[in-house]
Parts: sequence; structure tokens; C-alpha cells
Amino acid sequence: MMSELRELYQEVILDHSKAPRNFKFPEGANRSAQGDNPLCGDNLTVKIVLDGARVVDIGFQGSGCAISQAAASTMTEMVKGKSTDEINAIFENYHDVVMGKAEINEELLGKLAVFAGVAEFPMRVKCATLAWHTMQQAIRGTDEVATTE
Amino acid sequence: MSTQGLPEAGTAGAGAPGRAGAKAFDVQRVRADFPALRQIVRGKPLIYLDSAATALKPQCVLDAVNQVYARDCGNIHRAVHLPSQRATQSFEAAREKLQAFLGAARPEEVIFTSGTTQSINMVAHCFGRARLKAGDKILVTGLEHHSNIVPWQMLCQAIGTELVVAEIDERGEVSLQDIEDKLKAGGIKLVAFAHVSNALGTILPAREICALAREYGAVSLADGAQAAPHLAVDVQALGCDFYALSAHKLYGPTGVGALYGRFELLDSLPPYQGGGDMIRSVSFAGTTYAALPNRLEAGTPNIAGVIGFGAALDYLASLDLDAARRHEQELFRYADEGLRAIDGVRRIGTADKACGALSFVMDAAHPHDIGTVVDMEGVALRTGHHCAQPVMTKFAIPATARASLGIYNNRADIDALLASVRVVKEMFS
Repeated sequence: MMSELRELYQEVILDHSKAPRNFKFPEGANRSAQGDNPLCGDNLTVKIVLDGARVVDIGFQGSGCAISQAAASTMTEMVKGKSTDEINAIFENYHDVVMGKAEINEELLGKLAVFAGVAEFPMRVKCATLAWHTMQQAIRGTDEVATTE
Repeated sequence: MSTQGLPEAGTAGAGAPGRAGAKAFDVQRVRADFPALRQIVRGKPLIYLDSAATALKPQCVLDAVNQVYARDCGNIHRAVHLPSQRATQSFEAAREKLQAFLGAARPEEVIFTSGTTQSINMVAHCFGRARLKAGDKILVTGLEHHSNIVPWQMLCQAIGTELVVAEIDERGEVSLQDIEDKLKAGGIKLVAFAHVSNALGTILPAREICALAREYGAVSLADGAQAAPHLAVDVQALGCDFYALSAHKLYGPTGVGALYGRFELLDSLPPYQGGGDMIRSVSFAGTTYAALPNRLEAGTPNIAGVIGFGAALDYLASLDLDAARRHEQELFRYADEGLRAIDGVRRIGTADKACGALSFVMDAAHPHDIGTVVDMEGVALRTGHHCAQPVMTKFAIPATARASLGIYNNRADIDALLASVRVVKEMFS
């Protein structure tokens, strides 16, 4: 029991949730999106400096559980400087891993591998993916609010 | 009987200990009646503290539902065959049981619905559209469940009525003075309020609110979804015009509930939905409607659910309910004190009179994380905004963890809750 919980709440996740990185909006942001998880009240705003197809800078603000905050924080670290194609490839594997549908591609996910434990907690998948859906919304440049529903 | 005479949390002398006939409530015996409590979850016996979301069901309710499908599988109010007769009798018997449970004057005042949500929507639709007009005001409180907010907002959009809110204070209480001031300002035609708050457990002064509404010419609707499981409800003593409740929070099946309406008022309303069972005669030249209660119960209802509801009411009637409620109140206090004693835990909603639900937040962990960790300890809690986002906004929090009680909970359940909350604290600090 406790081992599954430790697997979920790994040090990296606790660390990022307590001290989220890029927890501010980048200067010159030209894309923005808002995300809500209506079930638990998590909400966040992601702002991006998008240059062509590259995320030059990214930041977020909002509130939520440890998983959602850590997911947002690690995401900003992971995608900064990457192209949207690279980001899509990472998210595809990340999404499938937290859904329990794929093996981790360690090379692709790097530090995000700590989220593998989420697969044991289906009710928490939305927490791990809200920030990613919101970022994608921002990249697409639509004004709609991203939601996990 | 009124709620005033009943044991309520935080009231001195609640439970009237030396009262003749008062005896200890045998919670172990009650627990044996609930098969869901026999299961092992996460390697531990289930600790169920989410009865405000839905209560567990005693075996007799399961048996009653099963019997409808296994034996008495006929439609009601129709055929002359025996299964139909039996189903009809049990269905109408359930109405009389609920009439007795609510203290209603006559069985036709009890309309079966799919639950509290539908009951409130029925009032919004039938009463709202027939009796209210643009500019009329509807008063709700800041404590309401979304089901007692959104139907009124939809009505306001449709016909131009206005919603007025009696806000709650930092303890999660409403002020009668505030309600009276708003009524005095004029224009309020309906007062719709939670008898007990689902998010905070606050018991509202229902009788006083209904009296004020009446004094100022407004109709009153009490949302009793959370009150009916914990307080003795007497709609006549409360003086309410409408009372809505759900079976599944009262140890009955999901998908069933009821709307009580004072007969003259209910009888003056247009039908809710058109269809079978609600007519007297139908022709293309014109249709006439059936009398209450059928006029408001179009279509084949949730027959097994209603009969199961009746079985749940029978079950409650078989218990010493006063003793059960005293037991619940003692447990409420025990949980309240236990949670307050844990450093870093803050109770949300500290009304003088409360029952059923205890909301809390922790410095160390978000409610969602609390929920996951305690679930791994076998403790079922609710986390989230509890369909009461305005309450969360009032307290400037996104969500709470909520423990809620049923008649089967015991001290060991609360001890397990407190132990699991300490695990959360350890894990996140």
C-alpha cells in the first residue's frame, strides 16, 4: 500500500509541488490558455512565448493538488526551448504512460518518468494531464478553456 | 415534532441523556445490516465516511429491489394481473411511508421524482414559470448545492426573474436578520434554501426561514437532501411549502427522490411533463389531466427504486431513530474534536448547529492528495468542491476534504480517519 503511494508521491513530485518552477508568466508571452478540472477545482493558466513552432519560454500560475502542480512545473522545464513536434511526441508517451497504456520511453520523458506511478490511480490521471492539455490549447492559440472533462 | 426539539451538534444537552426509554444505540447490529461494510478495500475493511454523497444500503433494501424484478415485475397503475397489483400496492405503500416520514398531511402531497435535483427543477419549472414573472426575485443562501442554484439561474434567464443571495458568514451560517432585510426590501416570491448544507453540515433555521417567507408573502422550498438522513423532518411543523429529498442519501436506491408540496399549492400547478399516467383522458380535441399525485408523475417511474425507498423507510422506522441520531451527534463531536486536535488541520464550517458532514483542509496537502492517501488506508472520503463552488469561493479555497456520517459509523471509523489524516501530514510535510 505505502509503496504504491510512495511511487505516486515521489520526492521529485513533492519537491516540484512545494516549489513549482516557472511559476510566473514569461515576459513577451504571445499565447495563453486557462485550464480547469471541474471535478476537483484545480485551475491554472499557462502562458507561452511561441516563436514560429518553438516554445521559447513558458510559465504557469494556478492552484491544485500536488500531482497537478508538479505536472505543470515539470512540464514547463521539459518543454522550454523545444519545438511543438518534439513536445507532441513527449506528451503522447507521457499521456499513454499515466493512462497505463504504454511503457516509458526514458529517453523521451527523462524526469517525467516519475509520473509513471499515476497509472495505478486512475482518478488522478486528469491531475497529471491538465497542464499539458492547457499548454496545447495555448499553442493552438484557441481561446477556449482547456478542461479535463 | 420539529427540528428544534432534536439533538443537534453543538447544542448543550443534545441527546437528552436521562430520558425515559433512551438506550444505547447498537451500532454493531446496524453495521451487520449493511453488506457493503463487509468488504476489504486496499487490503483493509472499508471505512465509509461519504454518506453525504450517497449512503450505503441495508440488505432489506437490496432484497426489496430484487423482489420487484424477480417476482413483482409488472407496471404500476395499469394491468389487472397480480404482479402489477403487487407492484402498485408496494409503490403506493412507499408513498404513504414517505408521507409519514415527512409528516405530510396527505399522500398526494408526495410526488416521486428521480431525486432532489429533479424535485427542485420541478418547482422551478412548474411553480416558477406559472407563478413568477420578470422582475420577481428568488432568494437562495450562499450555502446552496448547485442543484439549488442552477435551476433558478436557468429560470431567471428564461423569464427574467432575479436571484438574490443571503451570504454566509465565516462560520458558514446564514443570518435570519439578513434574510428578513432582503424580504423586507420586497419583490421576493420564493425562498429556496438548504435545510442542511452538504458542504459544511450547517443546520439552517428552517422553521424561522419558512415563517419569514410566509410573513412576506413568499413561497418556501427546503432542500432536505442532507437534512432528512440526520434530523427528524416534519414539513407541517417546519411550515415549508415545498421540501425536496433523495432516497439514496437515506439508505435507499439511487435515482429516486421526492418532492413534498403543500396540497393547495401543488394542486394549482401545471403538469411537469406530459405522457402516460398523468392524464385523465386524451383526445386530439384536448386532454385533461389526472389528479395529484399522478399529474406530476408522467411515464413509468423508477418502480423498483420507489419500492426500495419504501424499504429504506421501513428500515429506519425499525430503529430507535432518536438513539441513532444521538449516536451520530456524539460521533460528529468526536470527529470534530479529533480533527481540530491535529496540528495543520483547519475545519471549514464551524456553525453552532451542524450535522452529518465535516469539511477540512490541511496546510500540508491539497484535498485531492488527502483523498488519495486516505483511500489507500481504506478510508472513503469526498474531496472537491462538493457541488457548492460559491461556498469554496467564500472561504477562498479550491476544495475541501469532507468526512460525512451515516448510522453505521462508529468510533473506530473516526479513529481510522484521524490516523489516516496523520499519515497525510507525515507524507507531505
